[in-house]
Amino acid sequence: MNLLTQWIRSYLPTLPVSDRQLAEDLTLRGIAVEGEFPAGCGGARFEMDITTNRVDAMNHYGVARETAAIYDVPLQPLALGEELAASRPGEGFPVRIDAPDLCGRFTARVIRGVKVGPATGDIATYFAALGQKPISAPVDATNFGWLAMGQPTHVFDLDKVQGGIVVRRAVAGETLHLLDGTERTLVADDLVIADEAKALGLAGVMGGYESRVTEATTNILVEAAWFDPAAIRASSRRHGLHTDASHRFERGADFAAAPAANNLVTRLVVAQCGGEVVGPLVDVVVSETAAQTAARAPIQLAVSEVARHLGTTLDGKGIAADVIERFLTALGCKLLSADEAGVYHVTLPSWRLDLAREIDLIEEVARVYGYNKFADTLPSFTGIVVELPHMEAERAVRSTLLALGYSEAVSSTFASAEEAEMFGPAGQSVAMGNPLSAEAGRLRPSLVPGMASMLAGNLHRDVNEVRLFELGTVFTGSTAQVDEATALALGLTGKAVAGTLASANDALFYEMKGVLEALLAKFAGAVTFDAEHLPTWFEPGRGARVLLAGEAVAWFGELSDAEAARRKLRQTCVLADVRAAMLLARPLRQPAVCELSRFQAVVRDLSFLFPDSVRWEAIAGALQGLAIPEMLQVLPLEVFRDPKGKAVAVGQHSMLLRMRFQSDERTLTDEELTGWAARATTALTVLGGTQRAPE
Amino acid sequence: MEAFRLAWLGRKNGRLKLISDAWLKVAPIEAKRLIGQRFNALKVSIEAALSEAENSQVWNLLKSDFTAAALDVTLPGTLRRPGVEHPLVKTMAEIVGVFGRMGYSVGLGPEVETDFYNFESLNFPPNHPARDTQDTLVIADQDNKPLRDRLLMRTHTSPVQIRSMIEQEPPLRLVVPGKVYRNEAEDATHLARFQQVEGLCVDSNITFSDLKGTLDHAMKALFGSSVKTRFFPSFFPFTEPSADMQISCIFCGGKGCRKCKHSGWIELLGCGMVDPAVFQAVDRKRVELGRAPAYDTARISGFAFGMGVERIAMMRYGVSSVGLFYTADMRFLEQFA
Repeated sequence: MNLLTQWIRSYLPTLPVSDRQLAEDLTLRGIAVEGEFPAGCGGARFEMDITTNRVDAMNHYGVARETAAIYDVPLQPLALGEELAASRPGEGFPVRIDAPDLCGRFTARVIRGVKVGPATGDIATYFAALGQKPISAPVDATNFGWLAMGQPTHVFDLDKVQGGIVVRRAVAGETLHLLDGTERTLVADDLVIADEAKALGLAGVMGGYESRVTEATTNILVEAAWFDPAAIRASSRRHGLHTDASHRFERGADFAAAPAANNLVTRLVVAQCGGEVVGPLVDVVVSETAAQTAARAPIQLAVSEVARHLGTTLDGKGIAADVIERFLTALGCKLLSADEAGVYHVTLPSWRLDLAREIDLIEEVARVYGYNKFADTLPSFTGIVVELPHMEAERAVRSTLLALGYSEAVSSTFASAEEAEMFGPAGQSVAMGNPLSAEAGRLRPSLVPGMASMLAGNLHRDVNEVRLFELGTVFTGSTAQVDEATALALGLTGKAVAGTLASANDALFYEMKGVLEALLAKFAGAVTFDAEHLPTWFEPGRGARVLLAGEAVAWFGELSDAEAARRKLRQTCVLADVRAAMLLARPLRQPAVCELSRFQAVVRDLSFLFPDSVRWEAIAGALQGLAIPEMLQVLPLEVFRDPKGKAVAVGQHSMLLRMRFQSDERTLTDEELTGWAARATTALTVLGGTQRAPE
Repeated sequence: MEAFRLAWLGRKNGRLKLISDAWLKVAPIEAKRLIGQRFNALKVSIEAALSEAENSQVWNLLKSDFTAAALDVTLPGTLRRPGVEHPLVKTMAEIVGVFGRMGYSVGLGPEVETDFYNFESLNFPPNHPARDTQDTLVIADQDNKPLRDRLLMRTHTSPVQIRSMIEQEPPLRLVVPGKVYRNEAEDATHLARFQQVEGLCVDSNITFSDLKGTLDHAMKALFGSSVKTRFFPSFFPFTEPSADMQISCIFCGGKGCRKCKHSGWIELLGCGMVDPAVFQAVDRKRVELGRAPAYDTARISGFAFGMGVERIAMMRYGVSSVGLFYTADMRFLEQFA
């Protein structure tokens, strides 16, 4: 909101500081001045950012009160509480509160014989400087009222009111034509200001169209009331109407201010439009509400608690009792002098419903004293630092993948319903109640769709070399019970790490396998691969499952052609889906070193033709099955297939494999090596292989 | 040059060797002195000529040009680059590390929370605007549950503070990194999901000046020892007193520049003393779970703080649009290598 320094200063005749200094000092005390602009009427216009708990400072007088506390200067009383004499005697206007839980106070005053025109004088000048739209003198008087002292008021065309005022809950389905020209259908929880026949306005939010003051109006009813904050908030949200009035009522208006505001507006209307004040100010008060607001019981404030919560001040003196007393008094509290234990009994101001506890007063003291006048101290500590159990494993995952050339990415937590079903367990995705968009209707049950989108995003920007991983939360279960787990996804597209085993076509798959091997090698337990139970988003025959210590821990493979086409992917993408939660729960592998042999290792290579039905697993198994303790390692060196079937028949492949022998005790002899090679040849022949003649 | 060296200084057939053999070694004793001097002068002048030639740039150029198999050292290296840490993950780890060295343990918690942990226990009144679906992302089908059991995407990592206090007695120092969610329109500086780091320190006699000192120290550790901090009153339901903290602009040192909008200061985090109502909610829940109350507000106090990771990363690395952190665009990520 905007405030004029000239208006603020009108309540502070002895304020010694410049507008610039005032802006800075208010900001340091939580009444933030976001901008300072020259005002048409002289002085400055402050653009304020006032926190929601400080509705009392959302007006000129409230900020003047803060200013008085900061500089210890006198504040002019508003002097509006005194009874405004009626110029003509009359009956009080009939007012009845039928919803005393929602309306705590209602004041009404009749003015007769007005002539409605535009506002002049201070109102016109200030409004021009503030950019507040002028409407007519009586309406502007109500706006002047809340701008001055924060209390919203309303003026009715008295001749449109039948009988008296009734403050009641709406009848469900009742319609109301509001000032903004809209027609609203009300619910039973809406509070209305009505007459004997109909609703006149939506209480605390907006007045009605029919009973508004126009140029033809000659008699006016001035209303100032106090409404329940929660009820006004609900009504305002329900109808999508956020007004200056609802903004203040829903944050808690000043219960004591209604008569004063009514007098202020009545005075201004008569001064601007003439007419006579008829009869007394009607003031209906719900005593229960008064007891909870304006007449709250005093609370205690112990001087020792101020130091316990706030600590050391820069000057080392702490905050003395007289300083506490001065600050709180300036803010409108009444303090009964402290007892021997240093405890004050503090009566709270009616306009500060945010103050209710001792800690609230301590905050006020700290605020007015100035946060930056407290020292910087460090607390001592007797506890210990505890590391989360999976942190070390998580670091190992990150550092391994980074070292292998994979960059970390962070993607959206949400997925479309379609993707959730495709990539997550069937029927177990969790729907959002108010999704950000149609594509974000579910919580992601898998990181894979996000990873596919990130690969696609890069490819669509002509970035063709992409290696990414994401470590994040996935969600399954139902809207009744959501299960969260840490997951890991990897994405790869582009030119694979070159190898001699795979054709260019298959190289990406084997790079990803290598990455997963390196990753899982960090953890304890044997790693095996198979092609069982693969998800449907893999291209058939192009995916694999990874087991760690016999448990399925990851799946990887080429994204299916259908999915790739849907995402317009121009090149093969390999994705991996790792159950990181399971992985991180496992112990890290503890390296155990073998003694290095003093004797030379010897290699023997074999070249074989195998039918494609014989897989490497069988070949390695057959050789390990020979149980030769000196056979340290068996490796495939080259695999060759000839699509034309010339060098190697179709359905077969040739393999060059290498065996490595070494003994801890002696140098191996030629006879031993020849014998072992012969046994290996036999075993592979039994497997269905044919030894190729040495070249 | 090598030929010249061999011709004169060669051990077997160099001219100096020949001169030495033919003249110096066989010279009569009375002539040896004179011949020796002249021989040495010759040797020195030959060595000087060689050393001068070796040091001349022209020679070096010639040498490299004519050396076979010389490498073009200006060609790029061929090793594939390691992956790049995500700037947000890295920034978050740095913040967590600073507090770790000050005795803070890491706490983590679920991203889908109940209203109790996200709002009720943190002193949000039942009709607080943040509880509205306009501000919070909620899980579907929650209307039939009691308010406190309704599921939503956590709007801050503060629920982890509550969960930790329910589990543990004071003293407690906790730093909580994690993703949080708001139902917000997205723009260059705001996303509906973002990363946050929050902290909590609870003990007997923790004061507002301890909060100031701790954050001032942490900011100096993160941004350099010349950084200053200042605090403004603010409002959060779960802290009282509440504050916003600014640091002196890390780009201009506080003189005022475009990045700090010429104010010399940058707003960085929200903080405050834990509201007694939060401790009371924790103790009620502890009792409900059969534990002894441990957060007596007459003895125990604490402070909490929270900061957005994106904002800090954007500022540090000069990132203009927060969305870039979530695109996984390699051209963006690789700049953090």
